Amino acid sequence: MLGLSKKDTTFLLVVIFLTLATPILLQPFPENSALAQFNAGYPDLMQRFAIFGIFAIGFNILFGLTGYLSFGHAAFLGVGSYSVVWMYKLLNYNVLPGLVLAIVMSGLFALFIGYISLRRSGIYFSILTLAFAQMSFNLAYSVLTPLTNGETGLQVYNNDPQVLMSEGSPTSPHFFGIVMNEATKVDVGGWQFTFSNGYYFCAIIAIIVFYLSLRIFRSPFGIMLRAIKTNQTRMNYTGLNPRPYTLAAFVISGMYAGLAGGLLAAMDPLAGAERMQWTASGEVVLMTILGGAGTLMGPVLGAGFIKYFENIFSKINDSILHSWFSALPDGLEDFVVFVFHPFIGKGWHLTLGLLFMLVVIFLPGGLIEGGNRIWNVISGKNRKKKRDEAAHHPKPTSHVN
Amino acid sequence: MDAIILQVLNGLDKGSAYALIALGLTLIFGTLGVVNFAHGALFMLGSFCAVTLQKLLSLSFTVEDPTQKDFLGNPLKVDTPYIVSWFGDATGNAILNWSVPLAILFAIPVMLLVGYVMERGLIKHFYKRPHADQILVTFGLAIVIQEIVKYFYGANPIPTPAPDVFRGSVDFGVMIGFAQNEIIYPYWRLVYFLFSAVIIGAVFAFLRFTTFGMVVRAGMADRETVGLLGINIDKRFTIMFGIAAAVAGLAGVMYAPINSPNYHMGMDFLVLSFVVVVVGGMGSLPGAVLAGFLLGILESFASMNEVKSIIPGIDQIIIYLVAIIILLTRPRGLMGRKGVMEE
Repeated sequence: MLGLSKKDTTFLLVVIFLTLATPILLQPFPENSALAQFNAGYPDLMQRFAIFGIFAIGFNILFGLTGYLSFGHAAFLGVGSYSVVWMYKLLNYNVLPGLVLAIVMSGLFALFIGYISLRRSGIYFSILTLAFAQMSFNLAYSVLTPLTNGETGLQVYNNDPQVLMSEGSPTSPHFFGIVMNEATKVDVGGWQFTFSNGYYFCAIIAIIVFYLSLRIFRSPFGIMLRAIKTNQTRMNYTGLNPRPYTLAAFVISGMYAGLAGGLLAAMDPLAGAERMQWTASGEVVLMTILGGAGTLMGPVLGAGFIKYFENIFSKINDSILHSWFSALPDGLEDFVVFVFHPFIGKGWHLTLGLLFMLVVIFLPGGLIEGGNRIWNVISGKNRKKKRDEAAHHPKPTSHVN
Repeated sequence: MDAIILQVLNGLDKGSAYALIALGLTLIFGTLGVVNFAHGALFMLGSFCAVTLQKLLSLSFTVEDPTQKDFLGNPLKVDTPYIVSWFGDATGNAILNWSVPLAILFAIPVMLLVGYVMERGLIKHFYKRPHADQILVTFGLAIVIQEIVKYFYGANPIPTPAPDVFRGSVDFGVMIGFAQNEIIYPYWRLVYFLFSAVIIGAVFAFLRFTTFGMVVRAGMADRETVGLLGINIDKRFTIMFGIAAAVAGLAGVMYAPINSPNYHMGMDFLVLSFVVVVVGGMGSLPGAVLAGFLLGILESFASMNEVKSIIPGIDQIIIYLVAIIILLTRPRGLMGRKGVMEE
């Protein structure tokens, strides 16, 4: 189906099902139960899952396939957001023209930055992209204020032209009349499910771009990108110029980032320069690595994981901890809460940092690799494989460095 | 002319900080071949060494002084730092006042230890992994260090004043034959520049004139041969990592009065220091120092109103712009050696 192999079609269908059922799946605990705070089925958070999923999928096309580590992808996120808000200001609150402009603009930006940065590779490439992103951030904050509204952030004002705005059209982001922040709430037993327009809009786009990335992964183009990661010199000797391929990957991933930035502005009609800061670029790197760079699902998982923890973990406080451990004796309870205290609430970044380090050290393939390993242990695949390896390879010897 | 000298001076203190951090980064890169994204965090830790020492010294006990009354008529409670009660008023207060320079003595062992533990505990396992992995794991470490500091010290900047002697400004212009009040420069920044010059000189002298330094330089040139000669080069490189950490830490200690330490100051400096290292040339120590001062001074020139009126916004982007131009025209940086991190 759709030019995919049977296995991939099943995979895609599973992904589509999971994405569309997210509002139900992420609401596993009934309302009013003690665990209800772990529910993630509210529109704002789900929308972020989808948006940052798109961002990470795009980043993965560059980093996962070609191995070029960009530290400046947030610049495209910012460009996307600004484009969409400008379209709100000039036309009306329909998100479509904005998203198209966001993709085009970020694509052009990526073409320019990529053309220059890709002259170098390795850490030099990382520094160059970082430099460009920081330049965009600094400019957006200072000189480009007429375009970006500086520190305040770009937003829609009453005196903006909005030429396509007619009587009765929605005054918040919408897609041909489907207003983004409207939602239907369904109560089933103790559960409450929220089906929000904004989430489904983002989710459908996410599915489309996921399908595109699946096609890229399976295409000759994708294989070419992997060849660049594996051995560029050999590729040169084969008579292939890697530059156009990497540039294409860079532009595609920039467009993904622009789309994600545009969708952020579709969620909330605001755009600020802080979206371009390098910490935001760092975040998408974290997401991709945490989930598993170079895998299809990994980056999406990583994005979901980080956004979930950002929202849920950071809300846990001491009194909640006390209620969890209330079964323990008093002294022990206080001690356990004391131990956990630095890792929760405002300290969740510490947990994230530690987790990220652990993943890089022990699981370079990210959560996906972790999952695979566990699966192999369960199914006994690993033991068989190890025996095979032992038979074929000489034992590794320690050597002088 | 005076404006130019003033801008050069203004660039020196930031340039000194860049140069010191970049020097440490290059030392680590040149010896161990590791790209250390946690170096900014080490700089920040240095600053917090100063904060910690200041807090430790001003630990105090409270006594009720019956001779004085507060506004409610109760005996006045007076906080006396332990230091003051132990050493008497004059000495005690002097020690308190000089807490930042004293923190140098405190920071050296702390930072050496931090560097040693970091290398043995974490970095050691990453020699054979790709550079991207090294960047990522040290990036994670930087986040962890930052969050730990934030947990203990809070998110607000903590003012750490310089000794009273160095408060205020020096009329630098008079010294070199200009009219009065033309070139005014804060004392502490002058101290910072001299201090960093001493540190840089010390590091270079150490590498140049000691046997240890000679071995390290040999190891930087050809690690395997040095190993084959029966020298435990790993151990020496570990020590160099500690020294690089100490250099970053000292840069941080002395920077505390210029910029009140906060937990994310390391990240702010890190990005720029990396740019500095790349501009100077990966693996070149003089290059790192040169590029540090050069970019610091360029930055301060770009923030002159005369320049800003010609090219608006140039002060915000000058460093990155220079980096891009240098990377594209001189791929090895200003003084990069052949064969070091070419690709």
